[in-house]
Amino acid sequence: MKTKLTILAIVTVAGVVIAAPQTFDFKDPKGINNAGFKLDAPLESINGSASGVYGTATFDPENPGATKGKITVATASLIVPNPVQNRHMLGDKWLNAATFPTIIFESKEFKNVQTTGDTTTADVTGTFTLKGVSKELTVPVKLTYLKDKLAERVPDQKGDLLVIRSRFTIKRSDFNINPGQFEDKVSDTIEINLSIAGASQK
Amino acid sequence: MKRALRIIAALLVVGAIVFWAAAGANRGWTKTRVPQKVVDEVTGLEGIQWQNRFVPGVDFLGAAFLGAVILAGVSIFVPAKSK
Repeated sequence: MKTKLTILAIVTVAGVVIAAPQTFDFKDPKGINNAGFKLDAPLESINGSASGVYGTATFDPENPGATKGKITVATASLIVPNPVQNRHMLGDKWLNAATFPTIIFESKEFKNVQTTGDTTTADVTGTFTLKGVSKELTVPVKLTYLKDKLAERVPDQKGDLLVIRSRFTIKRSDFNINPGQFEDKVSDTIEINLSIAGASQK
Repeated sequence: MKRALRIIAALLVVGAIVFWAAAGANRGWTKTRVPQKVVDEVTGLEGIQWQNRFVPGVDFLGAAFLGAVILAGVSIFVPAKSK
């Protein structure tokens, strides 16, 4: 009887450990993680991306709706094809990367969570901070949990991967980026396309 | 000299148009880097890697045209035949 209870206790503890939320680190050794952005103004379309994406998220495969995370983008990593536009974009009249070196999204709550297999879709409400201005934002996300796939991506590491995809829009005027100015060339609406993968090592 | 300046101006315009067209006839601003899509096989994520490449735009054409106009303008003030 005592042996059975011991085994039951071990199984229960193991079950709790296995079901515990995992922490995923989004610092990408392969340099694939990126946040693309597009501004489609009447006179000019600007396409670029940011590669300096990092952060962490806690994710429980048994309860994806409880996911919490904070993703940061290094402002200086934003790139557009034209060097003059790039300098202006990071300069003090636009994003002011020297004073505001990071763009942050920190999740607060998951709603409309739907899970099918390893994929979860949800609407995430969180705080988006750009150029020192923080706004509450709700964005759609798609999470894909890839169990034991870390070794396929990074050969000397074992663990799981969590892929986050999100496409949403913000208005630069909401973040005090030259509100109401140059809208014929620099659209007020900014389309953002986040594609990132995080790793949880075992 | 007059004739040479006008020929250089014409060559500048033609050369700029040919170079611009050969480089993809980019109707935007000049680019010094272009995005390349990279797909991660494990995650299926589409990444962007930037390659340093010069792609002339309409500002390049404009500069070439301006240069040609200046050369043609200077040629007006050059005597037809120098002695």
